[in-house]
Amino acid sequence: MELELKNLYDDFRDGDTLKAFAKIIAQDAAKLDRDINIMEVCGGHTHSIMKFGLPQLLPKNINFIHGPGCPVCIMPKERIDHAYILAMQEDVILVTLGDMIKVPGSHGSLQQARSKGADVRFVYSPMETLKIAQENPDKKVIFFAIGFETTTPMTAVLVDQVLKNNITNILFHINHVTVPEVMKELIDSRDEHVDSYNNQIDAFLGPSHVSVIAGAKIYEEFPTKYNRPVVVSGFEPVDVMEGISMIVKQFVENRCELEIQYKRVVSYEGNLNSQALINKYFDKVSLFRWRGLGNVPDSGLKLKDEYKHLDAEVVYKDILPLDEIEDHKLCICGDILRGIAKPPECTIFGTACKPNSPVGSCMVSSEGACAAYYKYGNLLS
Amino acid sequence: MEKNITLAMGNGGAENNTLITEVFYKAFKNDILSQSEDAAVLDTSSKIAMTTDSFTVSPLFFAGGDIGKLSICGTCNDLAMMGAKPKYLTCSVIIEEGFSTRELEKIVRSMKKELAINDAIIVSGDTKVVPKGSVDKIFINTTGVGEVVYSGISSHNLKEGMSILVSRDIGAHGATIFAAREGIGFETTLQTDCASLYPQVKALIDNDIEIVALRDATRGGVAAVLNEWAKASDVCIEVDEASIPIQEAVQGICELLGFEALSLANEGTFVLAVPKKDEQKALQILQQTNNTAAIIATTTHSHNTKVILNSSWGTKRFLDLPSGELLPRIC
Repeated sequence: MELELKNLYDDFRDGDTLKAFAKIIAQDAAKLDRDINIMEVCGGHTHSIMKFGLPQLLPKNINFIHGPGCPVCIMPKERIDHAYILAMQEDVILVTLGDMIKVPGSHGSLQQARSKGADVRFVYSPMETLKIAQENPDKKVIFFAIGFETTTPMTAVLVDQVLKNNITNILFHINHVTVPEVMKELIDSRDEHVDSYNNQIDAFLGPSHVSVIAGAKIYEEFPTKYNRPVVVSGFEPVDVMEGISMIVKQFVENRCELEIQYKRVVSYEGNLNSQALINKYFDKVSLFRWRGLGNVPDSGLKLKDEYKHLDAEVVYKDILPLDEIEDHKLCICGDILRGIAKPPECTIFGTACKPNSPVGSCMVSSEGACAAYYKYGNLLS
Repeated sequence: MEKNITLAMGNGGAENNTLITEVFYKAFKNDILSQSEDAAVLDTSSKIAMTTDSFTVSPLFFAGGDIGKLSICGTCNDLAMMGAKPKYLTCSVIIEEGFSTRELEKIVRSMKKELAINDAIIVSGDTKVVPKGSVDKIFINTTGVGEVVYSGISSHNLKEGMSILVSRDIGAHGATIFAAREGIGFETTLQTDCASLYPQVKALIDNDIEIVALRDATRGGVAAVLNEWAKASDVCIEVDEASIPIQEAVQGICELLGFEALSLANEGTFVLAVPKKDEQKALQILQQTNNTAAIIATTTHSHNTKVILNSSWGTKRFLDLPSGELLPRIC
């Protein structure tokens, strides 16, 4: 049978299958005399869960905690300011992905920079940067790289192409971050200014696309060292419901394991070629500041020292400010990103803070928890 | 005629006359236009509807249509949506210096063809040529006047228990344009839905369908129309998600880019609200033109001013008004 595009989603949104999983989960959950709080780490999962209304299918003792896995949401304001400042340079074309252009920094968003004459482009694939650079030999083209393990390989391929073809007018501003490090931070904070939320999260739903690249192995120590089950799950509603049912089953059967729901693509080892390319060009930064979470050890990437001539943070260091900028006092994005509050608990949710005039980061990106709640409502019956 | 449009062709002199006579008059010829007066003088016996729209689409030519067809459909459809028979249009064209004369002729031929479908004529026009870089190839404005043949259509009149239909599968135009844009590189068999809607509206009127509300789902898509109606009439519109007709290729593009077909633009698809008693008859009439026409929603009072999508597995969510630029999700 020839694979058609619709095969990738059609059956995974089947109403009867979803109802069947809801029934299994309800039966298993009834055997537990406790609540299970499952953190879906990834913003893509949050988006799916809200779009398909999955909380409405779950029994009262199974809860979702929305995690910090939205690359735009976790970007601290000072780094958004970097993008803005770079974009406003006369000879610069700033290239980035999707939602990034809407995020407000202290000077405004990239969209606003564009309306003031800055050349800002958003691309579907980082490879389009090559064409932009070729067509604009007199300009510096800066790729403002964002995202988790999923988008890092594409940036690595772009670095590879730039080096191999001696392209002199492409630079990088790297904001790539990694999932397991921030998960550890959420369970067991080592930042003395941030409380530990040790007892909030009972289990994790791991994003499948991250593990397509990095493998399921990145979660190995969560069941063993932190006593938290992890199920790597796909994004379609049937995938998410099956993932939840696997987690609940572990509690019923007193197991604590790393399991893969998304077996049709995810392996334990992941994509070794991608991993090699990432390791070739990137080093971990000892501290990366996450918006709302503070400094998280080893959670960010930067270009290796031998490639610093490609690093816009090095090349433009004289004009890029380093001071940390705090969020609006009323905004509780930090608590939401840590999983200890839900969007409707915020006093400015849906009033002062809306998708077209976001105050906090979680309202900015379509993958942010606040944007998902605002857009889809939480129509629990 | 020269191969490319020159600035001289917009100067009001001899070259300008050549362009107007050989391209525009040739295609749009009729008694009123031929008078060449400063303004067209029109006879009307009934109430008239009037609308205007400017067209700046890129690319100019796309699967199933071009800017010319769009510029006639768009304005005629706006008239049709008010129960008016499109009659007279003006056509104002701003052309970038160097634009291909052959492409201009092709655009004008498309306009002529679409005017015939609407039984409407161009009664006045204007042509400007501007220096290279001042516009993106060609911009067209059309203004239309129509005779109102069915009164009382309004987005404020929806009441509880009414039925809402779409005239065909949704989102084809938006998906076609996204697929054709540079940098995506999709190959699809998709075609825009761009079409004149008056013939279908006439069929509804001729068959005594009680038209409560009618709107072509252009920018903002079906989602925007439903949200506007829910707010204007202070009702809740409950959509049965499984009943929304969406072509596979359109859904595929939505999946890849993270869009919703309900928010994609259409150029030949309308949303219709009728009393429950007329829903089956209206559906049959619409299906004579497009067999994908469907009943997709009913009006209730469960969450007034909101549009709710009901899934086949029993969950509900809001269908929000699309806002800002359509941007693909990052991961």
